[in-house]
Amino acid sequence: MLTAILTGFLFSIFLVFTGRFFKGKLSILSSLVPLGLFLYFFQFIPAISGGDVIMRSYEWIPSFNVDLGFKLDGLSLLFSLMITGIGFLVFAYTSSYLKGHEYLDRFYGYLASFMGAMLGLVLADNMITLFVFWELTSISSFFLIGFNNTNPASRKSALTALGITGIGGLFLLAGALLLNNMTGTYSISEMLSMSDAIKANEFYFLAVLFIFGAAFTKSAQFPFHFWLPGAMKAPTPVSTYLHSATMVKAGVYLLMRFTPVLGGENIWNTTLIIVGGITMLYSAVHTIFRTDLKGILAYSTISALGILVFLTGLGTQEAFLAAAVFIVVHALYKATLFLVTGIIDHQTHTRDVTRLSGLNKIMLPVGIAGILAAISSAGIPPTIGFVGKELTYEAAFHYESLMIFLMIGIVVTKILLLYAGFVAGIKPFVGKLPEEHTNTKMPGFILWAPPLLLAILGLVFGVAPFLIESALIKPVVTAMGADASEIHLALWHGFNTVFILSLITIGVGTALYFIIKPSRKLEDGIARFDSFAPENLLEAFNSMFVSVSRFWTNFFQNGYLRNYISIIILFLVVLVGYIMIGNTRFTVDYNALSKITVYEITTTLILIAGIFYTVFTDSRLAAVAAMGVVGLSICLIFVFYSAPDLAMTQFSIDTLTVILFVLVLYKLPKYLKLSDYKTRLRDGVLSTIFGLIITTLALEVLSEPVSKEVGDFYAANSYIEAHGKNVVNVILVDFRGADTLIEISVLSIAAVGVFGLMKLRLKMKDRMRYADQSLNKKKK
Amino acid sequence: MRTTIILKTASNYLLPVLLVFSIFILLRGHYLPGGGFVGGLIASIAFILHSFANGLNKTKELLIVHPGFLLPIGLAIAFMSGLAPVVLFDLPFMTGLWSHDPVAILGSVGSALFFDIGVYLVVNGVTLTIIFTISESA
Amino acid sequence: MEILLAVMVGILYGTGIYMMLRRSMVKLIIGIILLGNGANLLIFLLGRITKGAPPIIPGDAKVFVEAFADPVPQALILTAIVISFGLQSFAIVLVKRAHTVVRTDDLDEMNATDEDS
Repeated sequence: MLTAILTGFLFSIFLVFTGRFFKGKLSILSSLVPLGLFLYFFQFIPAISGGDVIMRSYEWIPSFNVDLGFKLDGLSLLFSLMITGIGFLVFAYTSSYLKGHEYLDRFYGYLASFMGAMLGLVLADNMITLFVFWELTSISSFFLIGFNNTNPASRKSALTALGITGIGGLFLLAGALLLNNMTGTYSISEMLSMSDAIKANEFYFLAVLFIFGAAFTKSAQFPFHFWLPGAMKAPTPVSTYLHSATMVKAGVYLLMRFTPVLGGENIWNTTLIIVGGITMLYSAVHTIFRTDLKGILAYSTISALGILVFLTGLGTQEAFLAAAVFIVVHALYKATLFLVTGIIDHQTHTRDVTRLSGLNKIMLPVGIAGILAAISSAGIPPTIGFVGKELTYEAAFHYESLMIFLMIGIVVTKILLLYAGFVAGIKPFVGKLPEEHTNTKMPGFILWAPPLLLAILGLVFGVAPFLIESALIKPVVTAMGADASEIHLALWHGFNTVFILSLITIGVGTALYFIIKPSRKLEDGIARFDSFAPENLLEAFNSMFVSVSRFWTNFFQNGYLRNYISIIILFLVVLVGYIMIGNTRFTVDYNALSKITVYEITTTLILIAGIFYTVFTDSRLAAVAAMGVVGLSICLIFVFYSAPDLAMTQFSIDTLTVILFVLVLYKLPKYLKLSDYKTRLRDGVLSTIFGLIITTLALEVLSEPVSKEVGDFYAANSYIEAHGKNVVNVILVDFRGADTLIEISVLSIAAVGVFGLMKLRLKMKDRMRYADQSLNKKKK
Repeated sequence: MRTTIILKTASNYLLPVLLVFSIFILLRGHYLPGGGFVGGLIASIAFILHSFANGLNKTKELLIVHPGFLLPIGLAIAFMSGLAPVVLFDLPFMTGLWSHDPVAILGSVGSALFFDIGVYLVVNGVTLTIIFTISESA
Repeated sequence: MEILLAVMVGILYGTGIYMMLRRSMVKLIIGIILLGNGANLLIFLLGRITKGAPPIIPGDAKVFVEAFADPVPQALILTAIVISFGLQSFAIVLVKRAHTVVRTDDLDEMNATDEDS
C-alpha cells in the first residue's frame, strides 16, 4: 500500500529527469499511472464490501509513537477510487488541454505528487502521517493553482489558498497532539475504541475545535470559503481535480473520519449543521450573481461541500447514507461540468456565460455530457443525482428538531444549485449560436471523452444504483459508525412528502432558470458588498500586519550600528538594573580582600589615566599610545596577581597591537567630530550607568562563595596525569587541547581573512559603483 | 625606510637570539611560564623587529616561504598529535602519550609537546601574515 | 584591591561602550579593544585574585602544597587575549578596506543596503 501511495511522488521525481520526453505526444502515457492505481484499489472492493478493513503499518518514528499507519476501509476506498479514477481522466484530458505547453511535464509532476499526497491523506490512520499528507496536498495545490506563475492574480490566489489551508493544517497538528495527549496514541483506529473517554475529557471541546478548524479551511466552509473561487485561476484540469472532486473534500473526509470518534455530542452536530447550512445557502445564492462559468461552478462546489458538512452534522444513519451517495453524485457531475467548461474555454476562449449558447451544433458530445451532468445536479430522474437528492431530503425530513428550518434551507439550496447546474451545463449548448463562435472547432476525442464518460456513469448509477450500493456506499456508512445492513438504494422511493418536495424543487428551479438570466448587472450588484466579505477583511488584516512588521523591523534594524548597541545596552541596563535594585546588599568583607600596596595604586591610576586619555584625545596616535599604556598596566596587574603566562602574552600582544595600529594609522581616516554635545551626553550617561552596573555586579559576585572545583582537579592531576607543572599551559595543550585546536583554527581563519581583504582587489567596476553610491548619499 | 645603523646591526644579532629564546619559552612551557602562544608571539616579534630594521623584503627573503604556509603546517602538527593516540593505540582523540624515560632538559616528552609546537607555528604564522599583509598594503 | 579592580572593569566597560557608540570607525575599534580588556579583567577578578602564588607546581613536588591561583580563568584569558588580537586585526583591516572603497569614516553612511542602490 505504501508503494501505491508513493507512486505519485516517485512518478513526479521520475519526470524531473525524463520530463522532456513526456512533453509531446507521449504525455498521454502519464495517465497510465492513475489508471494502474485505480485498478489496484478496484480489486479491494470485494474484500471491503465484505466488511474487511485492511491495515498496514510501517515503522517510522517509534520513539514518538509515530508510524506510517494506513487503513483501507469503506471511506478510504471510496475516496481512493475517486482520486485515482477521476485522476486518470484528468491526466488524459490534460494531455490534450495543455498540449504543447512549455511546462507540461512540470504540470504532470505537480499533479502526480498531489495525487500521491491525497491518497496518503485518505489512507492514513496515524494522525501525524495524516497531517504530513494533509500539508503535502496544500503545498502541491499551491503549485498547481499558481501554475500560470507569470500572472500576478494567479500567484496571489495560490498564496491565499496556501495560507488558509496551511493554517488549517496547523489546526490539524494541534488536534493530533491534543488527541495524543488525551489518548496516548496517534492511531485513529485506536481512538475509536476510546471515543467515550475522549468525549468525557475536559479538552474535548478544544479537540473538536481543532478538527473543525482543519476541516472548514480545507473544505472552504464559511467564513473560510473565499480561497476556493480564487483558486479557479488554476488551469481547468486542476479545478476539476482538486477543487471539485478531491482536495476540497478532504475536510469533509476528516469530519466523516472523526464522526465515530468525536461525533454524537451536541456541539459537534449543531456546529456542523449551522456552518454547513450557512455555507450551502450563502454560496448557492452567490451562484446567481456570477457570469464566469468557473465562478458559478466554484460557488456551487462550496455549496455542495456545505451540504456534505450539513449532512455529516445531522449524524443519523440516513444522513450518512445521503452524504456517501452525494459524494459520488457530486464528484461525477461537478467534474463533468468542470471538464466541459474547460473544453468551452479551450475552444471558444471565453467562459462568460452571457456570451455562450448553441454550442450543441458544434460539439454535440460535449453538450450531451454537459446536459446530463446538469440533469444529475438538478436531481432529475433517472440520474444518480435524483437518488442523492431524495436521500438528502429524507435525512433532513427525519431529523428530530427544527425540521422545518432544515427543510427550507436544503430545498432552497437545491433549487439554486439546480439553477446553477442548468446555467453551467445547459445554457451554453442550447439556443442560437452567436456569430462570434461560428468558427469554433470540434474538440478532440481525448477532450470530450472524459466528461462524457463521467456523465454517462452518473446516468448508469442512477438507473442501476445497486451497482454501487454494497460495493461503495454501505462500507462508507459502516466506517462512519452507523449500521448499514438495512440500506437499500433505489431510484423510486414511492410517492411521499419528499417526492413532492423534489417536484417543487425541479419546478421552481427550472422556472428560475427561465426567469433569471445571468448578467453583468447582477454581478456588479453584488460587488458592492465585497468590502464586507471575509476575503477583504483578511486582506486588510494582512496589509496591516505587513506594515506593522515593516515599522517594527525598520525601528530595530535601521542600519545604524550605534542604535543597535544602544538598544542592547539599554535593555541590559534596564533588565539587570531592575533585578539589582532591592537585591543588592553592598556589603563587602574587607578582611577577605587583598591588601592594597603603593604599586597597585600607581598602576591603577596610570591605567585609568590611560583609558580616559584614549577616549578623549583628538589625536589618533596619542590614542594608540595611550591604549598601549592601558595594555601594559593590565599586564602589570597580571604580574601582581600570580599570572605570569598572562602577563607574557598580554605584553607581546600589546606590543603587536600598537605596531599594527601604527602601521595602518595614517591610512585610516582621521577622527571626525560627528556627534553633537547632546548625543555625547546621552551616550555618556548610558555608558556610565552600564559601567556602574558592571562594577556592582562584579562586587556582588565577589561577595558570593567561589567554587574552585575545576581548578583543583586540573591542579591535582596536572603532573600526575599530564606530566606538566605549569597548570595553565597543561590546560591549554592537554586537558582542553581540543578547544585550543579550534582556537588556532579560528586564528588561522582570521589571518586568511586579513590576507584576502587586503590582497584581493575589488573589480574596478564595483569600486566605482560603491564610490558613486556614497557620493550620492553625501549629496543628499 | 630610514633606520639607524645601530638598530640595523643589532637586529641581525637579535633575530637569532630572540628566536632561540622563543623556542626556549616554548619548550619550558610545560613546567614554567611560557608555551606555544607566548613563544609564537615572541618569534613573530623577532621577525617584525628584523623587518623594521632591514625592510620587509629582506625578512621575506630570510623566511624563504610566505609565513602563511605556517598555518596549515602548524594546524596539521597539532591535529596529528591529537590523532596519534587514535591511530596508534586506539585511544580517544587527544589522549596524552608519554615517553617512558625523561629526556634531558625537556623532561618527559609527549604528544602535548607536539601540540604546543603546532600552536607555536600557527600563532607565529597568523601574526606574521597579518602584520606583513598590512604593512605591505599600507 | 578587588574594589579598585572592579571599578577599573566598570570604567573599561563604560568607556568601551561609549567609544563603540561613536560614529567614527577607528573609535569603534578602540572601543572593542577596551571592552575586550575589560572582559579579561572581569574574568580574572571573578576567578578570585591571589598574590604571589602562580599556578605552577613547585620544583620537586607532584601536587600543590600551598595555596595557588586558579588556573582556569587564566587559561580562558590567555586564549581570549590571543583571539582578540585576531579580531582586532581583522576589524582594522575591514575598516581600512571599507574606507578605501566607500571613502567615508562615518558609520552612518555605510548602512546603504542593496535596496537603496
